[in-house]
Amino acid sequence: MDNTDKEKINQWSERVSQRVDKILDQSVERRGFLKGLLGTVGGAAAASTAAGAIASEVLPESDFSWEKFFQEHYKVMTAEDKEKVFARIETETKRKYGVDVKVRDPQALDGVKFAYGLNLSKCNGSRMCVYACMKENNQSRDPQIQYIKVIEMDIGTLNLEKGDMYYEGESVPKAGKYYLPVQCHQCDNPPCAKVCPVEATWKEKDGIVVIDYDWCIGCRYCMAACPYEARRFNFSAPKVPKEEVNPDQGYLSNRMRPKGVVEKCHFCLHRTREGKNPACMEACPTGARKFGNILDPKSEVSMILKTKRVFVLKEELNTIPSFFYYFD
Amino acid sequence: MKSYLNYWLRMIRCAIVGPPIFYIWNSLLTFLFLTGVVAYIYQFQNGLIVTNLTDQVSWGAYIANFTFLVGVAAAAVLLVFPTYVLHRDDVKDVVLLGELMAFTAITMCLMFILVDLGRPDRFTHVMPVLGRLNFPRSVLAWDVVVLNGYLFLNLHVPGYLLYMTYKGQKPNKWLYIPFVFVSIAWAVSIHTVTAFLYSGLGGRPYWNTAILAPRFLVSAFAGGPAILIIVFTLVTLFTKLKVRPQVFDMLKKIAMVFLPINMFLFGSEIYKEFYTDSVHTESMRYLFFGSHGHAMLQPYIWASIVMSFAAMAIFYIPKLRQNSKMLIFACVLAVLGIWIEKGMGLIIPGFIPTPLGDMVEYTPSVVEFFVCLGIWSFGALLFTILAKVAVAIQVGELRENS
Repeated sequence: MDNTDKEKINQWSERVSQRVDKILDQSVERRGFLKGLLGTVGGAAAASTAAGAIASEVLPESDFSWEKFFQEHYKVMTAEDKEKVFARIETETKRKYGVDVKVRDPQALDGVKFAYGLNLSKCNGSRMCVYACMKENNQSRDPQIQYIKVIEMDIGTLNLEKGDMYYEGESVPKAGKYYLPVQCHQCDNPPCAKVCPVEATWKEKDGIVVIDYDWCIGCRYCMAACPYEARRFNFSAPKVPKEEVNPDQGYLSNRMRPKGVVEKCHFCLHRTREGKNPACMEACPTGARKFGNILDPKSEVSMILKTKRVFVLKEELNTIPSFFYYFD
Repeated sequence: MKSYLNYWLRMIRCAIVGPPIFYIWNSLLTFLFLTGVVAYIYQFQNGLIVTNLTDQVSWGAYIANFTFLVGVAAAAVLLVFPTYVLHRDDVKDVVLLGELMAFTAITMCLMFILVDLGRPDRFTHVMPVLGRLNFPRSVLAWDVVVLNGYLFLNLHVPGYLLYMTYKGQKPNKWLYIPFVFVSIAWAVSIHTVTAFLYSGLGGRPYWNTAILAPRFLVSAFAGGPAILIIVFTLVTLFTKLKVRPQVFDMLKKIAMVFLPINMFLFGSEIYKEFYTDSVHTESMRYLFFGSHGHAMLQPYIWASIVMSFAAMAIFYIPKLRQNSKMLIFACVLAVLGIWIEKGMGLIIPGFIPTPLGDMVEYTPSVVEFFVCLGIWSFGALLFTILAKVAVAIQVGELRENS
């Protein structure tokens, strides 16, 4: 470095340090301090507005707001916070989909633990459950997201790798085949909730594993961890035609999801916590699906567990699913 | 105050002023970085749909590069240990460059994680106070902690030592030696925790193996010396810092020890899978031979194995390894071999077949390619600048009294 350069740098840093000293001196004076403070606040406000403008420019749906940015985790939000958030989601849904919806937050009931039984002797592979679920839960239609995968299996094997989940044909069931629907098993020892780095997914006391779609960072670690392939990612902003939006929505269940977050089956908690059955069960044409409270010894699922030949998928992984299969 | 500002200004000047080749190199990297930025903005606007990732293969090129770079960062320990534990003066010349390389690698790791997130705008959720880090349950939360810790350690130690050198003062041992020893253990921890991310998942049998963490560390100590040899050759070629032959000798020896161990561990995995021949062998069968008519990863893994053996052969034949051009060639092969094995050979097949037996293949999309290239270019640019300033201070060109 030659001397003139060095001198220039020297002069420059002298000027900067003088200025900094001056500002520091000024702040001791009260008026100056207030002035400075006003300047700072004004500057910060201007900067945040500018940042907001840039953010809404980059986000195509002008989705960004500071309120959303600072929204807290579901478990931390107060009742008032939640009300505001639900109202905001309703407004957003109105803007994006043109539909008036109601976002509610049904709570888990005491003395209730849900279980789901699936009768493999009866399931005929019609996939009625798959589409009923999609309709009920406002999954994106393009790209299409489905919570339930039905695997067509050869009779005599339970090796999933030999199954076919893309089966097509004129009619079901096909000869020599049986059908194994898989959806979130609401495990009692859920690997997905364990690995989530931000606790955006957790198990509720009635056994349902839920996701706070406004907290999920979209790292997809839960998808890697799930042994049942139950989780789906919103690779783009979900698209649902206006007339197909289900307006009865739960914050932790079927309300409209943002882009870039994970979702999955939640046993239709906005229905089941209010005494209704899950949509997949209602749609099933064969009665293969049984849902109920396992803590009630007289419930159908309790009876099945006591009297039928029951098994769970991948029992060796100790995930302890609340979703089981049985035969007549 | 004034002298500290001066220090920064002179460093910045040193970082941006240089010979023509420096400008050409930096302009090229900046250009590539900017193409990456454009690609990322496109991804940010449209979502991860512009990648080739799917629900079935939910991690791809970004996470693969991340995993590889954690190894690069961990490799700095190969210089830190000889310098501070074995007190080797020859290595001391280059240890700061090693630490700055670790700093660069971790910065790139964080960038790869950020571009992989579906909601990068929610990055505050992993932060203390603002967020809700699922610590200690989630291994990814551990990774956030150890990576940021390692970033700090590798910024503090070289930063402090360079400033002291610049001032011509003797550094205060208590202000850096404790951090150095912490960083030695920490280097091991970053790659261990990163391996635990994968090996802790019962639903992915291909990753669910106890030797994954040892394999990660060994591959870092096999590929690390190769990268360092390449970097130090370039440093010797383009700067006034002449890396001593003893350093190259040491790195060669480390590579000669760890390259075969790396292959041995990989071989143990291969044996376990194929001799057991259970349903869980499917991922590796797909990787090596293809399965159900899918064989996209086959060329990658065989190329990786050929490269690793070729690199080993050059390292083990004295005539070849003493030829500096052959040596560099071997290093490039070793690095590429390990890079492919970590990415296409480890991360991707973990998802194929899926837990329910679905076969969905993956190869990076154009957008992913440019985002990756952008981050690599940024890393190269960052390291070029850091190394230029560090070397200028070390060789005495940039001192308070110069």
